[in-house]
Amino acid sequence: MTILNSSDEIKKGEDDLINNHDDFRIFGLIIFLIADGMTFAGFFAAYLTYKAVNPLPEGSLYELELAIPTLNTIILLISSATFHKAGKALINQKNDLSQKWLLITASLGITFLICQLFEYFNLPFGLTDNLFASTFYALTGFHGLHVTLGTLMILIISWQTRINGGRITYKNMFPLEAVELYWHFVDGIWVILFIILYLY
Amino acid sequence: MTILVDNKAKVKESLQPKGFLRYFSFSLDHKVIGIQYLVCGFLFYLVGGTLASAIRIELLSPLSDFLPRDVYNQVLTLHGTIMIFLWIVPVVNGAFGNYLIPFYVGARDMAFPRLNAVAFWLIPPSGLMLIASYFIEGAAQSGWTAYPPLSITTPQSGQIIWILSVLLLGGSSIFGGINFIVTILKLRRPGLKLMNLPMYCWAMLGTSILVVLSTPVLAGTLILLSFDIVAHTGFFNPALGGNVVVYQHLFWFYSHPAVYIMVLPAFGLVSEILPIHCRKPLFGYTTMVFSIMGIVVLGLVVWAHHMFTSGTPPWMRLFFTIATAFIAVPTGIKFFNWVATMWGGKISLNSAMLFSCGFIINFVFGGITGVALAQVPFDIHVHDTYFVVAHFHYIVYGGSVFVIFSSIYHWYPKVVGKLLNENLGYLHFALTFIGFNLCFAPQHWLGLNGMPRRVAEYDPQFQFVNQISSLGALFMAISTIPFLINIIISITKGKIAGNNPWKGLTPEWLTTSPPPVENWEGEAPLVNEPYGYGKDYLL
Repeated sequence: MTILNSSDEIKKGEDDLINNHDDFRIFGLIIFLIADGMTFAGFFAAYLTYKAVNPLPEGSLYELELAIPTLNTIILLISSATFHKAGKALINQKNDLSQKWLLITASLGITFLICQLFEYFNLPFGLTDNLFASTFYALTGFHGLHVTLGTLMILIISWQTRINGGRITYKNMFPLEAVELYWHFVDGIWVILFIILYLY
Repeated sequence: MTILVDNKAKVKESLQPKGFLRYFSFSLDHKVIGIQYLVCGFLFYLVGGTLASAIRIELLSPLSDFLPRDVYNQVLTLHGTIMIFLWIVPVVNGAFGNYLIPFYVGARDMAFPRLNAVAFWLIPPSGLMLIASYFIEGAAQSGWTAYPPLSITTPQSGQIIWILSVLLLGGSSIFGGINFIVTILKLRRPGLKLMNLPMYCWAMLGTSILVVLSTPVLAGTLILLSFDIVAHTGFFNPALGGNVVVYQHLFWFYSHPAVYIMVLPAFGLVSEILPIHCRKPLFGYTTMVFSIMGIVVLGLVVWAHHMFTSGTPPWMRLFFTIATAFIAVPTGIKFFNWVATMWGGKISLNSAMLFSCGFIINFVFGGITGVALAQVPFDIHVHDTYFVVAHFHYIVYGGSVFVIFSSIYHWYPKVVGKLLNENLGYLHFALTFIGFNLCFAPQHWLGLNGMPRRVAEYDPQFQFVNQISSLGALFMAISTIPFLINIIISITKGKIAGNNPWKGLTPEWLTTSPPPVENWEGEAPLVNEPYGYGKDYLL
């Protein structure tokens, strides 16, 4: 994207290099995601410490089923791939195809959230039952919040990739790239969460 | 993808309010945002200082006769939180960082101007919210550390508002940190190498790395704590099977680096001020860079030295003692570098220089008590006594706040375009330095003799020393008056400073005072030797 006044002469040489600069938004987003990842790292550290030093009290219930979270892992991994497809389609200037892939991604995100809620309602323990129940809901809930925000952003950018009058085109890829990066990040966090919370 | 900043700037300029009003607007100019940070932070400093005065008046007598006990707890919590999160962190990072970093890297603004403005405008509402909590049902009472179970059992509304406010301030800090990292690493003028940057850039890079890595952990911790308070979960509540030590680990994982977030930028600012007023190049540039980065790395792995009395296992005590003692090495290198910079220099002892010298003296003292506190046997003896209070204030007041005042005297002519009165500056320095040492040096003695901190009442044998300490606090309170008079006189009828009153070589002195909207009329100067003093042909 280059904004130029038709009347202005384009400056050349070093001065031009000073006045123009590249787009650093993706770099800034990566730093933000590192920060966001540190929040999760804090949660994981707390959970692992509890696991190591705080025994589950007698008679308290904390058991997890693997079926739904495994399905959810697969759903999120597929959604990463479909998002990637959307990006590829946009580079090839096929906005309608890109929009389709984005809508598929969003519906996968919504499916994930529904499955998550289904799991919540069928678990034998509630938020305040015991320490591990609280940690479970805090971790998956915080991740679910990220998925919710991500899904909303995907719906917004899929509206913006529409053919007539959409803001996002192959020339202005940034919104799509940014949300894609965020979505992959949320997926990655889920995989770590799945391993630590369900498998470990 | 390139954006021609010239045209964007023209549009930007036409949309901005002009004159005095722009300091109250959502301005995108990094210089305006820097001034907003500084003035806003200073107003909160006055509030925090008033609270500190209330604490010192209460401690004039052994009984809690001036403030009720619970109000005393609220006052000390608000004092700590305001001074740390609303005065020192925003000012040493946000104010000077925003004002100076774009000059130093040769840019026309920060990398993300809008994010920058958002980061600033999170601060006044959260600060006002924090202060307002006092008038609702009483502010938080658990100190700035908010240790559970105390923070869970004290009145809830104040604690929850405290948590929300700190979360917002943490967000502001992270946004600022992202902006600084991108600006320093990516927005440098072509031809400007990293190792030719002024030292403050390195300090801000290190600080921002700490901010980005540690602040989110505090945010997560406080979210869990708010669950404990509101939803009655048991993360940190032993009665419900939780673990308070986990909170302490997570809290100090942020709050130990927070000390470096407050003090590393101050190191950078001193490294800018000393060479100019000593007319000598900064001694040991490369070692300075490596010691900053060394402090960043070590600063992330020493947090448990705050927890030696929390039942930490022996191996942890050993590791954290050694790691903490190691920090003395890079810090010591920096001190010797500053002394060597002054050594044989043509020192002009103006107000800025005096405050920097005061910083060096105070910080050496605070550093020595810091190394002492890192030793487990000694720490267990003085834990939670006034010795810790004295050490901490030597670091953050004697360190960071002295540097803030030094920097205000140093950069005021650039920012406002007028000179400050030196005699009033001397008076300000003398009152601050004497008052500060009178206030906090006796507290080492109090702590060694076992006076606990954060308690409104004390053993009558400590009364005389506490009164000396309160006298010092009185001097510190009075010291603000000549400073404010100085600012008012200078703004109304100060002498015009000229573009470069200190004959500095760093880029901000190579433009007009105050600088134009886009920092330079023409192209940004390429400064490869920011500390090339003593070579007159350069001037």
